[in-house]
Amino acid sequence: MQFYGTEIKNRLLLGTAQYPSPKVLTQAIQACGTEIVTVSLRRESAGGSGDGFWEGLRATGCKILPNTAGCHTVQEAVTTAHMAREVFGTDWVKLEVIGHSDTLQPDVFALVEAARVLVRDGFQVFPYTTDDLVVGEKLLEAGCELLMPWGAPIGSGQGLRNPDALRAMRAHFPDIPLIVDAGIGRPSDACRAMELGMDAVLLNTAVAKAGDPLGMACAMVQAIEAGLAGFDADPMEPRDMAVPSTPVLGLAELG
Amino acid sequence: MQIKVNSNPVEVQAERLSDALQELGFTSAAIATALNGQFVSREQRVEITLSPGDALEVLAPMQGG
Repeated sequence: MQFYGTEIKNRLLLGTAQYPSPKVLTQAIQACGTEIVTVSLRRESAGGSGDGFWEGLRATGCKILPNTAGCHTVQEAVTTAHMAREVFGTDWVKLEVIGHSDTLQPDVFALVEAARVLVRDGFQVFPYTTDDLVVGEKLLEAGCELLMPWGAPIGSGQGLRNPDALRAMRAHFPDIPLIVDAGIGRPSDACRAMELGMDAVLLNTAVAKAGDPLGMACAMVQAIEAGLAGFDADPMEPRDMAVPSTPVLGLAELG
Repeated sequence: MQIKVNSNPVEVQAERLSDALQELGFTSAAIATALNGQFVSREQRVEITLSPGDALEVLAPMQGG
């Protein structure tokens, strides 16, 4: 699997927020073997406090995917992306332009516009989007080489609210990497996303807020691997009525 | 002059952005700056002259999802 030419083996992208401690975060990263972690930028106080976190994360050797979380306009997102590129030293950016403060739903109109600007500025954009096919097409036209549709609202842990739409995305964009971003709550959600043909899963809260973040991070990776293997093995189609699996030919007449 | 740093009113003596950051104690290498909503790169900080009322944002790495 490649994202913008970078080979990825582990299909779990992990967020770094809300862990009980920086140590637990580092342990979870190492335990599950994720290769990509998301980070953010926030206001610095004089004297500096963010360096420790950043140094600790760099030491894991993970590829860094900075986000534009909290941005509500094109300009905010574009400026934040440029700031992140300088601090984190990567052209990758998880582009979020939030349109609604309750659902944290992306403002897809501003998202497409911001993606166009950032691609022009040399960024490799990971757009956090909805499962809308038309928006997906516009993002690809803007120069994105992959899409990150939501499963459910950020941090909700509801799983996949609209699996049919994700299946349609897979069918409509057969060669585009699709990463389900947001809403995953349990390993079964991650597994199902992969069974639908998604290429990877990005999650944060489901691991960070689990009673055992290390155990949950590992469970997510196992679920993702199982879902991927299941999709590759071409599952049977569901049927409305029962069909006996034991052969009826040669069945004894005993009644 | 008075400027705003991360929305807080602050008095600075320095006129150049790079000098003002030093004066205010932003010495970490892992910071990024924006002035009045526009990104200012590390290299540009020595070229930027502050004006009263400018809005400066100073950001640093943080956990994120």
